[in-house]
Amino acid sequence: MKKILVLALLCLSLPLAYQAQAKEAEYIGGEPEIHARVMGVSEELRCLVCQGQSLADSNSDFAVDMRGQIQEMMETGMNDREVVDFMVQRYGDYVRYRPPFNATTFLLWFGPFILLGVGIAVLYTNVLRRRKQIEEVPLTEEEHRRAAELLEEGSGENKA
Amino acid sequence: MVRYLAPLVIFVVMAGFLYYGLSLNPQDVPSPLVGKPAPQFELSQLHQTEQMISRDSNLGKVWLLNVWASWCVSCRQEHPVLMQLARSGEVPIYGLNYKDERDAAINWLQDFGNPYVMSAHDYNGRVGVDYGVYGVPETYVIDKQGVIRHKHTGPVSPQALKETILPLVRELKG
Repeated sequence: MKKILVLALLCLSLPLAYQAQAKEAEYIGGEPEIHARVMGVSEELRCLVCQGQSLADSNSDFAVDMRGQIQEMMETGMNDREVVDFMVQRYGDYVRYRPPFNATTFLLWFGPFILLGVGIAVLYTNVLRRRKQIEEVPLTEEEHRRAAELLEEGSGENKA
Repeated sequence: MVRYLAPLVIFVVMAGFLYYGLSLNPQDVPSPLVGKPAPQFELSQLHQTEQMISRDSNLGKVWLLNVWASWCVSCRQEHPVLMQLARSGEVPIYGLNYKDERDAAINWLQDFGNPYVMSAHDYNGRVGVDYGVYGVPETYVIDKQGVIRHKHTGPVSPQALKETILPLVRELKG
């Protein structure tokens, strides 16, 4: 039991170790405090050249330039929000890894829940319809007798 | 009947969406700048260092801003198209030489020909960022009021020029 627990903990800590390493590799100088903020914001922004990655994950020229630009902007005193707004103004909402909630992204956010609702509704109506189809038919005298006989037989066997 | 048709209908609708998705170009990120005034810039010219070039110097005419660099391979692909457009005299093309060494850029134009009325030298790429440049080449159509009306990402093909860019230019010229 203990072994399994240790193994599970190790597996869980693996991605953490990987992340820490990935961040370390990209230190491009400057105050550690600003560097941490640059990396934080970079995780929220998409690298437009290598679209499946964030600016923090990518080492493409574009991502490196962008991190340099973000660092410069932060050094002039811009806060994280202003930096993200700056990027969105130029590259559109697409640059954000976490899409904002608005009319065009409504389905993105609520689509799964709407589908879940539809599924539950379909299931509910189906179950309801089936219940109505099931009719209770009372047993006849003959059937009562036969059932009693069978039960008797069963209990006899159990005793034996 | 319905219970057999429903899966078919759902399949057809999904296939339709997926097929449409296949035809989209994932590199083509819609620019939020289309319909907005082109960002201001003031840069030195590529050939005459002491002369400045700015957005406002082109107010009153329809023009193309083409982002290029000597290190950009696909720029060579679109270059003949730009040369031909420049010869036709239909619309002036201004270059934004993006993150490039001045000498390398001038040599490149000498080797392949210069379709640009003039090029602005954006050495550190700051103007490029203001225009939302992420992959060179990119081409912007800018109207008489200095508003960006269209952005083309990637090399301009003869087809894109004929079907999208030139009709728009003619319409904007009025």
